[in-house]
Amino acid sequence: MTNLYQSILLILPEIVVSSVLIILVLSDLIFHKDKRVIPFIAGLGIIVTGAFVINQFGITGFAFQTSSQTVRNYGMMAIDSFGVFFKLIVTASSLLILFFSHASNEIQKTKDRLGEYYALIFGMILGMFFMISATDMILIYLSMEMMSLSSYVLAGFTKLRDRSSEASLKYLIYGAVSSGLMLFGISIVYGMTGSTNLYVINSLIQAPQINLFALSFAIVLIFAGIGYKISSAPFHFWTPDVYEGAPITITAFLSVASKAAGFALLIRFIKTTFVSYIDSNGSWTLINVFDWKPILIGISILTMTLGNFSALWQDNLKRMLAYSSIAHAGYLLLGLVVFSNQGLIAILIYFIVYLLMNLGAFLIVMLVANKTGSEEIDDYNGLGYTSPLLAVSFAIFLISLTGLPPTAGFIGKLYLFIALVDAKMIFVAVIALLNSVVSLYYYIRVLKHMYLVKPTESTATVVPSLNNRILVLALAAPVLIFGIYFAPIVDLAKNCLVILGL
Amino acid sequence: MFQVGLTHFLVVSTILFSLGIYGIVTRKNAVMVLMGIELILNAANINFIAFAKYGNFGLNGQIIALFVIILAAAEAAIALAIVLNTYKTFSNVNVDEIDKLKE
Repeated sequence: MTNLYQSILLILPEIVVSSVLIILVLSDLIFHKDKRVIPFIAGLGIIVTGAFVINQFGITGFAFQTSSQTVRNYGMMAIDSFGVFFKLIVTASSLLILFFSHASNEIQKTKDRLGEYYALIFGMILGMFFMISATDMILIYLSMEMMSLSSYVLAGFTKLRDRSSEASLKYLIYGAVSSGLMLFGISIVYGMTGSTNLYVINSLIQAPQINLFALSFAIVLIFAGIGYKISSAPFHFWTPDVYEGAPITITAFLSVASKAAGFALLIRFIKTTFVSYIDSNGSWTLINVFDWKPILIGISILTMTLGNFSALWQDNLKRMLAYSSIAHAGYLLLGLVVFSNQGLIAILIYFIVYLLMNLGAFLIVMLVANKTGSEEIDDYNGLGYTSPLLAVSFAIFLISLTGLPPTAGFIGKLYLFIALVDAKMIFVAVIALLNSVVSLYYYIRVLKHMYLVKPTESTATVVPSLNNRILVLALAAPVLIFGIYFAPIVDLAKNCLVILGL
Repeated sequence: MFQVGLTHFLVVSTILFSLGIYGIVTRKNAVMVLMGIELILNAANINFIAFAKYGNFGLNGQIIALFVIILAAAEAAIALAIVLNTYKTFSNVNVDEIDKLKE
């Protein structure tokens, strides 16, 4: 009984998110005439959740262990500072998405369905929280489905537009297939080891009688499920269509929060299942059952190359940012392939930076789309003259996405490349660098449209409201500040390395 | 006397899995694609239950199968709602013809 009580103390943030979800559904019924109060309930809920997550900092433990059996069960969830870090990323991006939703015409037009919208966002957050700390395959599958089911609906939320319904149909089909494959992989691993717990599997797959072919097959299937969530090649086909068709707030949320949760899951899955020990330099030694390193290197190079080269000829900015987010998934995977704590630090730093710059870029696209109703690159002609604040901030975000100094994106890339060079993978670092050069073309192309093309008579003038201006500055300022003074984020990342191991 | 063993269950589940993949790849109707996905989920369920029974792993596998059945029902509900919404906008549910989003 005390065990259950301790477990409940460890999952307080998840409990808060679930309660807010229920409160939102109820208040949707209570305030059915005037739904203006619902966004505030959601915002308050996120802030309270964030407080509980920060409160968890430094606490480590396994939730829901069963100690009665002869074999020690390590529980369904691991609470550690790595998880807290990613939960903070999810919480911060959710808070920003709530502000975005408040400013988005697209979402505000669906007045009578606002309650559903916020409730579904909280469903996604709950799924992500469980995904981040799950250490049991079945909890991994359930939490992924929990997040996916909410996001399928959200992708088609503005249901009268055909783009939106097509996006949600494609997202649903790709997502359901990949999660089905993942479940089949889990069932094979369960058959071979008799357990779904990652820690138990870690000790059992070292046994010599394990059939390596069946295990590799199962791992490939499981990676299909996770790779779909982080939109890595060859499971990235849904990304451009869904990102273009979904409401832009949801696109931004998918590109940051759901990718963060997917990466947390992938890192925890590989670290707890396949790492046998970590030496004093912080480099990980993998169990010799599945050769992750060449596969992940191949996938990450393929992901970033496909993402960057497809982005070159996109005229729709949402679609361009979708391909750019595929490319960023490739860069982030590079932090994992070095299999060391240094690479992990680089991923964590990159995620803080990625949160700011990617959400910032989507915010500008949303503000322009609010006025013009589309995301075509021609809408940005002469934006530098008609709306200097938006154009300058957009330039900052795009330069940061490219990874040029003095922006925060440079720091993120710098740490990734240092980790690669220290692991003697200079060839991979050079390919990543060349990819960044390619990405410069399509980011700078937007700058060209904003500053070098004169606005025509038909170009709409975008004048953001005071709140939106504050929001833009709140995202643009840190991108510049962290580009020069980056000690705080590096320190935060270094403090968040604890992944509970055996 | 003929004994049904683990292998038989695994053969059935593999056939179901392959049929599911085949259905997803070849069928154009979104509802048929979703049925292919259900086949994959059920193939996994058969695996879980057969492994739990013949591997003496306790009741875990059967409980997992129950979870998956519930989840498959939830997924089917949402999937059919989305397919219905697509039908209202496009007047068909053919996954090959729904391509308004450009390449």
